[in-house]
Amino acid sequence: MVQETKTTEETKESKSSDGYDNILEVNNLKQYFPITSGILLQRHVADVKAVDDISFTIRRGETLGLVGESGCGKSTTGRSILQLNNPTAGEVIFNGENIANWNVNQMRPLRRQMQLIFQDPYSSLNPRMSAGSIIGEPLIVHGLTDSKNEYRERIAHLLENVGLNPFMADRYPHEFSGGQRQRIGIARAIAVNPSFIVCDEPVSALDVSIQAQVINLMEDLQEQYDLTYLFIAHDLSVVRHISDRIAVMYLGHIVEIADRVELYENPQHPYTKALLSAIPIPDPVLEATRDRIVLEGDVPSPSNPPVGCVFKTRCPEPSNQCTEGEDQMHLVEVKADHWVDACCVNCG
Amino acid sequence: MAERLLEVNDLATYFFTADGVVKAVDGVTYHIDEGESVAIVGESGCGKSVSALSIMRLIASPPGRIVHGEVIFEGTDILKLSEAEMRDVRGNDISMVFQEPMTSLNPVLTIGYQLTEALKLHMDLNHKQALERAGNLLEQVGIPDAHRRLKDYPHQFSGGMRQRVMIALAVSCNPRMIIADEPTTALDVTIQAQVLEVMRNMAKEYGTALVMITHNLGVVARYAERVIVMYAGKIIESGSSEDVYNDPRHPYTLGLLRSVPRLDEAIPEKLEAIEGLPPLVIDLPDACAFAPRCKFAIDKCNEKMPELEEISPGHMARCYVASELHELAKK
Repeated sequence: MVQETKTTEETKESKSSDGYDNILEVNNLKQYFPITSGILLQRHVADVKAVDDISFTIRRGETLGLVGESGCGKSTTGRSILQLNNPTAGEVIFNGENIANWNVNQMRPLRRQMQLIFQDPYSSLNPRMSAGSIIGEPLIVHGLTDSKNEYRERIAHLLENVGLNPFMADRYPHEFSGGQRQRIGIARAIAVNPSFIVCDEPVSALDVSIQAQVINLMEDLQEQYDLTYLFIAHDLSVVRHISDRIAVMYLGHIVEIADRVELYENPQHPYTKALLSAIPIPDPVLEATRDRIVLEGDVPSPSNPPVGCVFKTRCPEPSNQCTEGEDQMHLVEVKADHWVDACCVNCG
Repeated sequence: MAERLLEVNDLATYFFTADGVVKAVDGVTYHIDEGESVAIVGESGCGKSVSALSIMRLIASPPGRIVHGEVIFEGTDILKLSEAEMRDVRGNDISMVFQEPMTSLNPVLTIGYQLTEALKLHMDLNHKQALERAGNLLEQVGIPDAHRRLKDYPHQFSGGMRQRVMIALAVSCNPRMIIADEPTTALDVTIQAQVLEVMRNMAKEYGTALVMITHNLGVVARYAERVIVMYAGKIIESGSSEDVYNDPRHPYTLGLLRSVPRLDEAIPEKLEAIEGLPPLVIDLPDACAFAPRCKFAIDKCNEKMPELEEISPGHMARCYVASELHELAKK
């Protein structure tokens, strides 16, 4: 991030410190959830450090994959960016403006530009609303249609765009399969013509043969609508397919960010290596000869994370410096555009 | 040659609902040899879980009923056993690991109680012996500080740990066969590998046959010796895992294998999705159920359901174009 670029008046909002056209910049974002004790006097006794000091950027038009195990804070990151949580500290710079801790009224016009696709296609659609009104609601909320005819036309168009039949607008969620419901969720997200979508595990609840359909659809829509995605998932093979760059998260920290090809060919962090080796390959001959890095133990509790490097309790080869060190975790650039946690670079 | 442990002959389980007869499992025939690990693969609704539940006779009735067929376990047809005799089979001879480690343990009883309950019932152990064995079992499935944790409740364990407890529970009475219904679907990728590894090691150690039911062909590639693929209530392909993975003979199997992105291959422009949706298994016509989604369908496919035919020794497929599938797929 040393490379400074002169910013002219026209590109002020889009060009940022690292020379790329960033739609989003997250700086030192922290999201703590308080643990309280007592019934009347809710004493604040500790914090769950769901997201602890992470920084990354998303470039316009790209897909950034965010991977990690459940509980590592990847969904919280997505929600904090959208200000669905109030970040404890840090900056969320969207199109040049720091939107951290904006209130509901300030956020409302911005919601047109940033949308969310949920994991569970069953609980994320209101069972009492028809598919048409689910997709049409954002149009009404943001006042994007003037007449009933236009409203209907846009719903029909959106349904067609996500591969559903326009006459399905009158059906209710229970009449659709999981894959079709996810398509409705996607149609709802793109209804307001957003520029940025947080996709929170959009395919992990779907059957294997349907996953590929939804991934292809999301790629088509990205091209058609110039979308930028933050793609949150735990399945690295899916993330590798759809993302341009990938960030790996562990216990509230980003431990590695790199281009997808670089990350898969040259992973640096032991956690990334373990994640990659855990992904099964559907080939019994290959699998039989493949070495697997099995991480011992469980993820430590985010309310009481290890001091210093958070990965040291599960690291296969921790150095002394690492187990005893208490340095704050931070990323260093080991190669152009390839950032790895400093502790692991020192461990070598 | 290993001995036949289980033979399922022409098993059919239907659900009689207000909308019509759901033929969840419709004439399924397969066998499991002693000590073998077999994967049953298919999408949700294809009947893979129902076929397993039918073996355990755990189908809710009504609406479900095993309409015909035999399940011969070590020479006896367990569909003909009385409910009391069946109770001896469950847990003792055949046990099951369920998908949801969150809901399949009783939240108000300790892990120790739940483990010893089965041990006392099936193995005639006294309380002390049962506790000792329960602790050893937990140790074997890789739970640290196992003997002390017997006093803990399920909510004090993480998802992966609970699934290990379920595995300990399944092997506790030395069964001859374990049926694992989507044992790792609810778990994280790194934990999935651990749990499957534990399950296979335990099965190997006790010489137990392992039936893994899953929707993910990738997950079981490392562990299954044979694979059975189901679609819309029928077996559409079965064979050794080398045959099924490297030489699939049914367009559905081929589609499943091609539609998942693979880490060991270059990133393709687009994934090869299987278009369309799996059919509802209500009132299916006598035609290949996959034909509407099949790229290689010919006229005959819509007229009559093809039979399951042997392509090479031990490798069966239910498809008219099975022998030419390779040449067709290249185009």
